[in-house]
Amino acid sequence: MSTLGKLLIVDDELSVRDSLGKWFREEGYDVTTLENANDALTQLATQRWDVALVDIKMHGTDGIELQRRMHEIDPELLVIIMTGYASVETAVAALKNGAYDYVTKPLDPDEISHLVKNALAHKRTTQENVLLRETVAEVARPGDIVGQSGPMRKVFEAIETVGPTDATVLVTGESGTGKELVARAIHQASPRKFHPLVAIHCGALTETLLESELFGHEKGAFTGAQFRKKGKFEIAEGGTIFLDEIGDISLKTQTDLLRVLQEREITRVGGNQTIKVDFRCIAATNKDLEKLIEEGKFRPDLFYRLNVFRIEIPPLRDRKEDIPVLVNHFVQKFSLAMNKRITRVAPAAMNQLQEQPWLGNVRELENAVERAMVVGQEPELKEQDFIFKPQAAANGASKTLEDMERAHILRVVEQCGGNQSHAAEILDIDRVTLYHKLKKYGWTRTPVETH
Amino acid sequence: MKLLQLLPIGNVDDGLLKDLRPAVEETFRVSCKVLPVRLDPEFAFHGERQQYHSSEILLRMQSFLTDDSWRILGVAAVDLYIPILTFVFGEAQMGGPCAVVSVHRLRQELYGLPPDQKLFRQRALKEAVHELGHTVNLTHCDDYRCAMAPSHAVEWIDLKESTLCSSCRAVATPMTQASSVRIF
Repeated sequence: MSTLGKLLIVDDELSVRDSLGKWFREEGYDVTTLENANDALTQLATQRWDVALVDIKMHGTDGIELQRRMHEIDPELLVIIMTGYASVETAVAALKNGAYDYVTKPLDPDEISHLVKNALAHKRTTQENVLLRETVAEVARPGDIVGQSGPMRKVFEAIETVGPTDATVLVTGESGTGKELVARAIHQASPRKFHPLVAIHCGALTETLLESELFGHEKGAFTGAQFRKKGKFEIAEGGTIFLDEIGDISLKTQTDLLRVLQEREITRVGGNQTIKVDFRCIAATNKDLEKLIEEGKFRPDLFYRLNVFRIEIPPLRDRKEDIPVLVNHFVQKFSLAMNKRITRVAPAAMNQLQEQPWLGNVRELENAVERAMVVGQEPELKEQDFIFKPQAAANGASKTLEDMERAHILRVVEQCGGNQSHAAEILDIDRVTLYHKLKKYGWTRTPVETH
Repeated sequence: MKLLQLLPIGNVDDGLLKDLRPAVEETFRVSCKVLPVRLDPEFAFHGERQQYHSSEILLRMQSFLTDDSWRILGVAAVDLYIPILTFVFGEAQMGGPCAVVSVHRLRQELYGLPPDQKLFRQRALKEAVHELGHTVNLTHCDDYRCAMAPSHAVEWIDLKESTLCSSCRAVATPMTQASSVRIF
């Protein structure tokens, strides 16, 4: 039979257990009554209740201590403390320790009925909230890490492996490869995902400012510090701190950072009190930290602390097969944002995009697609919508003749709107030769939209 | 043949019991009789609380059970309590033979309002059906109109009706039919 909820009543008075137990059963609850704290703690190891009504005054372990220990076993258990008028102050102390509420004996039937109903509603709302957050997190997972190449598959595997752990991660890769996205994906895959991910770009701040940002400062710590300020480590409590551009911090800050990573405690700038902090650290850099160590610019002990698990994101030029996937992803993204019905990129343009060096990596590619989407016309982006760098042509010097021929033929065919006769004329070859070459290079006619 | 018996407790009005009889007969479809005796509740009196312990009264009511009894409903004029609660409108033995209701808190006068005899009797009937419902294993009902809806204040009693909802009736009816009660 379904019940309104599972209640536990702990009271050393038999009459209270009997009468309250009976009263709540009549109300439709599944009730367990226990005589003392030891029985409650033993049974809590194997059973779960929604709400516990606990008498504050009991022989042996009292209600306050029982509440504290019950929460250690089941943090979701809602405890209502029952107290006599004389011990209201103690009950208030129980509230501060995490009790859901307290009631004074004898209990008003209407009040206790509502209190238990509200406690159950509160619990259900909390559980629903967690479920919704999990669902949202699932739906809105960082989807901007796009790629299906071998190197990227290794990155995804690494995220899946290290995400659920609490290990410190060092993400390396050139500028624009998506180090922060990887950090966010690791955070999302961790049990800390419901706590904040706090990112700080170490390279953008001066030494003094960075220390204040990381560790916080006390009022009057330096000129202009009019108020006490919490640092990023404090704000990241329970969550993840992402230290971007870690290779750019000074040796002094490296020493302070090492202490925080080792001791898990911070001291605010201008303060002398240590504060315990609970965080997971993910650091990222586009620098060669081993080289910096050799040059004496980076502390090796800090490096070893950070380099517990390393994820290297390959530059875009080493995973060119990801370029079409990325381009299509960005086209889709910007077509929605700009409300334009551009759904694809012409093969010649895509071919050109794959030939670019992309020294700014995915970020540069994204910017290029965004610009093309602004100037491009529906339904597809063409070569002329992109600005290709001159070095792309220079790079041609290292290409094979076949590569050059392929790029040139496709460009001409696209310019002729797919008209092969016209293209053959310009290329000064016959149509059959063009047909065979296009077939060889995998060219397919762009589908024509019909209305 | 078994009967539903009404037991006056303390100085309760005989007219009220006579009014209750046909109404509970109708709801539970069993013959009902007002017992010709009266229970003095003084043994259950708590001096400090100035109230009467309903559980003790229920225990004492057991001695009124006879072979004719299907259920006994005590109707008390005094204010009832159980130790952990400030008061109760009534108490029943779940699936057992005895239940008791108090009409003390059902009067408008108690809340500083002019007397309303009709409302008082309606409230008494609803609570009588409610406590008897517990004796046929009914727990509280989510339907606020059902007599088995929980009511810890008169305002809630006024919201509900004196009859059982179809779900509660479906549970209660076999209980009366299984007993060899005198069905009128």
